[in-house]
Amino acid sequence: MTNQVLIYKGFERFWHWMQAALIIFLATTGFEIHGSFTFLGYENAVTFHNVSAYALLALTAFAIFWHFTTGEWRNYIPTLKNMKAQIEYYLIGIFRNAPHPYRKNSLSKLNPLQRITYLGLKILVLPVMAISGLLYMFYRYSQNGIISGIGLEGLTAPAVIHTAGAFALIAFLVIHVYLVSTGETPASNLKAMLTGYEEVEEDAVNHNGNGGVVLPDLSEKILEKEIA
Amino acid sequence: MKNSINVLLFLGVLLFALIIGRYLTLPGENYELAELKEKVGDKKVSSVNHSALAALQREFESPQQVTETCISCHTERHKEIMETSHWNWEEETFIKDKGVMYIGKKDLLNNLCIGVTGNENTCMKCHIGYGWSDENFDFDEYRNIDCLVCHDNSGKYAKGKGKAGYPSDKSNLTLAAQSVSSPKRSNCGSCHFFGGGGNNAKHGDLDVAMVEGSRELDVHMGVDGANMHCVDCHQADNHKIPGQMYTVSSNNTDRLNCESCHNETPHAKNILNDHTVKVSCQTCHIPEYARENATIMRWDWSTAGDLWDDKPYFEDDEDGNKTYMSQRGSMTWEKNVKPEYAWFNGTAGHYLLGDPVDPTNSVKMNTLNGEFADGHSKIIPVKVHRANQLYDADNLILVQPQLTSMSKGDGGYWKDFDWNNSVGIGMKNVNAEFSGKLDFIETELYLPVNHQVAPVEESVQCNECHTREDGRLAGLNDFYMPGRDKNDFVDIAGKAAIILSILVIIAHATLRILASRNRKKDNS
Repeated sequence: MTNQVLIYKGFERFWHWMQAALIIFLATTGFEIHGSFTFLGYENAVTFHNVSAYALLALTAFAIFWHFTTGEWRNYIPTLKNMKAQIEYYLIGIFRNAPHPYRKNSLSKLNPLQRITYLGLKILVLPVMAISGLLYMFYRYSQNGIISGIGLEGLTAPAVIHTAGAFALIAFLVIHVYLVSTGETPASNLKAMLTGYEEVEEDAVNHNGNGGVVLPDLSEKILEKEIA
Repeated sequence: MKNSINVLLFLGVLLFALIIGRYLTLPGENYELAELKEKVGDKKVSSVNHSALAALQREFESPQQVTETCISCHTERHKEIMETSHWNWEEETFIKDKGVMYIGKKDLLNNLCIGVTGNENTCMKCHIGYGWSDENFDFDEYRNIDCLVCHDNSGKYAKGKGKAGYPSDKSNLTLAAQSVSSPKRSNCGSCHFFGGGGNNAKHGDLDVAMVEGSRELDVHMGVDGANMHCVDCHQADNHKIPGQMYTVSSNNTDRLNCESCHNETPHAKNILNDHTVKVSCQTCHIPEYARENATIMRWDWSTAGDLWDDKPYFEDDEDGNKTYMSQRGSMTWEKNVKPEYAWFNGTAGHYLLGDPVDPTNSVKMNTLNGEFADGHSKIIPVKVHRANQLYDADNLILVQPQLTSMSKGDGGYWKDFDWNNSVGIGMKNVNAEFSGKLDFIETELYLPVNHQVAPVEESVQCNECHTREDGRLAGLNDFYMPGRDKNDFVDIAGKAAIILSILVIIAHATLRILASRNRKKDNS
């Protein structure tokens, strides 16, 4: 028996794809600013990079609000439970058609590797990128005393840190896109992030990351019925 | 559910619009040309018609009589003049490591015609006085002030050649005196366009073409542009004219900046305004200088003295620029020159006669002080005039030759072509020792470029500096510039991380595909 379960809610999908688009666009314009290639023209690259940086900040503000009001932030509590099983799956099990050690459901949708990686992105990489990026943008005003208190003498530190973060994000993006294909079927993860729904076997509740029994998300189900 | 998505989408779009709107703010004041001319162009109407004054209806026997007549009404003006460096050719100066001193055009060496002492008869053609022919000139004699060279508006007045500042015999003092007005481009230009012994030769951004120039050549002075005169920016207060030339000036005082009229953030785009803390206006708005006539970029004195049938000769290029003169050596002229760039905080140092030189290095005749980190330097465009000139190879100091002389045999190099004799006399003139051993040494003179501001569409573009290789600012390496600079470790490690990720993915994917095929085979 399989069940269509809503894994990724509307805002979550919107946030995910907007974030993806913005980060890819920021990387493109960013590396043009870095001097790696010429594409939009230097001035355009800078303008668009700054605009999309503000857009990503705004999006992130909405996302933080959403995570805390819905309790979704709990998905990012790191756990070592099943971590070994997950790593073994990617290194061995996946070649033997072994079952996924972790089944997602609407309340616990991330495997232990995802939890630790995404948490790292959220509390380390993205904040570092935002802070170094803002310093980069507002460096000029250090002359006028607005950020002079931190004693920044030139763009070297913000620029080098910002570039390093960009490389890290691209490496993440490459692996992340590949791992999309490691779902139940190669397309099932992508489909879930597009439609929100994934086919989940009924006994999935026994395999979830928290180890406990998790009830289907009734409120969503009821809502769906009401709309229908 | 659907509604909430729509609301969020709407909010997202709204946010984008707001952010983009921030970047599309409309430009501020944008004057049409006519309004601009009205605001800044030449519109002074004198309250006095000097041609109607009884005191000026006369013949003048000497130019000094003109000056006396001027002062008979303008009773205090000579006192103002005698305070200026236009009169004294020196000013009180503080130089780092050397202290307070009085230096200026009077005694500083350059790498064009080297120095004025001993050559006064010729050089003082550009002094605003009469009769500075040697060190005995009396700087307290107000009758020797030349009012007309700056204020003549008749075109019938000019300084004579080799006459120590006296007017040429063809000058009509009466007409000149009756025509006086506030200085026009041609007044200032009669000296300032001809530094280095030829039009535009020295500065590169001060060209006789600017008397009736186009907007293309200089947006401010173009007759089809704002039609401004020099004094519309260099507005004198009691004859004290602001503006410094750091070949002879040293202090961060009396400077004239674009910001004296424009504000510091005049651009519609914030990203451009963000530059003005560190980048001067000229840096972007004077993409090239010598845009109408060529300027001398290199002067090689070592080839001087070649004679044709025992007589000096010269060679012209197709534009009439002297590329060789027996008297001066070889000169390299260039047009449409991209400036070099320097950090500049408004103070300069100078080579002073007697300072030791190192023959293995090029001598800096003047040094523009400044660096990224000092907090108040800006990047400015500079013409660097390079030369190969004489130095005393034993005493290791630059030398000042006697170049001019009234007649052959008096020792002036331009008539006698004997370096040893000329330098011997020249060094005696300045009370300096000379060993008798001469050689040539490379020198550099740094001339900030401030004029010939180009129309906005010709401004330097972002990627002319923000580029990895050969950008305009490739020579300024004491700061991180986006687009040019990178941290090699981060770039290499970053690329390696991405490549490694891709390789791992390819290997993993291949194994998955192979494993899946094997399973299918096993099943069938």
